[in-house]
Amino acid sequence: MLKIYVFSTLFAAYSFYTVLIYLTGTKETAPTNISFDSKAQEGKKIYQQYNCASCHQLYGLGGYLGPELTTDYSNPERGPLLMRAFLENGGQRMPNFHFSKEQIDCIMSYLRYVDATAVSYKNPYRNGY
Amino acid sequence: MDTEFASDRPARAILLLSISYLLLGLLLGVIGGFQYLLPDFLKESFSFQRSRPLHVYLVLSWIFTGAQGGLYYYLPRVAGKKIAWPTGAWMHFYLQLVISVLIMAQLFMGKFGGREYLEFPPIYGVLVLLSWVPLVINFFATLKPRYQEAPVYIWSWSTGLLFFYITYAESYLWLIDYFNGNIVRDTTVQWKALGSMVGSWNMLIYGTAMYIMEKISGNQKPNRSALAFSFYFLGMANLMFNWGHHTYIVPAAPWVKTISYFISMTELFILGNIIWQWKKTIQKAQLHYHLLSYRLLSYADFWIFLNLILAIIISVPAANYYTHGTHITVAHAMGTTMGINTMLLLASIFYIAKIGESSPHKRSEKWAGVLLLIFNIALLFFWIALLGAGFQKISNRANQVVFAEMMNQSAPYFKLFTISGVFIFGALLGVLIIAIRSLAKTKKQISAS
Repeated sequence: MLKIYVFSTLFAAYSFYTVLIYLTGTKETAPTNISFDSKAQEGKKIYQQYNCASCHQLYGLGGYLGPELTTDYSNPERGPLLMRAFLENGGQRMPNFHFSKEQIDCIMSYLRYVDATAVSYKNPYRNGY
Repeated sequence: MDTEFASDRPARAILLLSISYLLLGLLLGVIGGFQYLLPDFLKESFSFQRSRPLHVYLVLSWIFTGAQGGLYYYLPRVAGKKIAWPTGAWMHFYLQLVISVLIMAQLFMGKFGGREYLEFPPIYGVLVLLSWVPLVINFFATLKPRYQEAPVYIWSWSTGLLFFYITYAESYLWLIDYFNGNIVRDTTVQWKALGSMVGSWNMLIYGTAMYIMEKISGNQKPNRSALAFSFYFLGMANLMFNWGHHTYIVPAAPWVKTISYFISMTELFILGNIIWQWKKTIQKAQLHYHLLSYRLLSYADFWIFLNLILAIIISVPAANYYTHGTHITVAHAMGTTMGINTMLLLASIFYIAKIGESSPHKRSEKWAGVLLLIFNIALLFFWIALLGAGFQKISNRANQVVFAEMMNQSAPYFKLFTISGVFIFGALLGVLIIAIRSLAKTKKQISAS
């Protein structure tokens, strides 16, 4: 019976932990005044439709052919102007997706929102790590 | 003489399907490698945006389908009777064949769901879940497992099936606004689901490896020992909780990271055991070296050792801060999927195809041995190249080198991983042709009898 007890205990702990993650572990902790508004939501949809994650990462999820975009918006080396230029024309490795101006605005809103939440990226040891 | 069962035919058909996934996936991986090296290569007609999801889908399908095909073959042998629903096995094969053709067509045409690993439109995710139903029914209805007495591989397979469903369903929670509308929750849950999904396929594959090991050695004791179960439960705890080391950088609650850090460090016990058993492992490997299945299990041991060390290092927050988002993570992923999972699945296929056990296959056996050695050497170079590219990125980040310049400076590593990728493809192509011929031969023999 011991094996079944161990399995059941682990499974119960996993279920409990999962609920905790969903409810309290992932509350938005970023002190941001930038909300996930309808434009940013549309931007996220476009980001997924064009499979931008194939080459770019957000919070570590995605490919490595292009730069990580999590904090690109506030990065003084890159920033909105450069990002917009890539979206309009493509780049050395990035194809030109012929995005409309509205689509580019939405993607920019989404990346601006992501950047605002990325407090741990900008100050990685804030959470004790 | 091994008894043949009616379900061996669908099992072999599913294994052949899995081999075709691997070959296509490797080919797309090579194309992706060249896209790293030559920025204009297929840039407009078949960009990385399409080649990568196809590659990822196909290699993941190889892993799952290879494990499924093996299960259909082993189920009647473990139960000592034919499987409960043989038609279901064929249904599984045809369903999966159709679904994968549809998914590949979608990805090829640029229709994406846009989520890491599962980049096809979400509706196909439901079909994938459906395709597993015949296997689940056959598994439980055939074995009717009595877990108290069951060997560890039955626990492992059951856990793999259960957690595949849980984690696959969890990976689609983003379709609900509660998850999709909060980037921290969405990202954390995605890492959680995908991290544990890797654990679910590991459970399926490790179960298979333990079964084969028992069959080769003829010793049933190890798979019923307290030590085997201790490691199984340790593996299960890691499946459930260690995914969090991917989220150190996500602003979720700190306790998520603390828990996963401590769980990740339990992998030190596994590492310690490998080192402790090292001499015994080498002696056993020498004893069974003539068996190609066993040789593949030994190669997998080597890769487990390397990747475990890497996994433990990148789970330490201070190291993770630097390695996160670099090719070091890819080295870990490739080391585990190619070095461990592929090696174990090939061992299973070689065992089923009886390669290296009888004289008719002798010449091919010799070739397979050489090709496997080339594959492993090429994979080692591939792995080192990825680590090199990762360290290059760390150094460039620290020196605030711009991205385009960093890509230029990483070019030697990209060259090395593309060239070694070509060797991996070539060597595995040879190995898989031998496997296909042997599987087809055995298939004909069954039909004739």
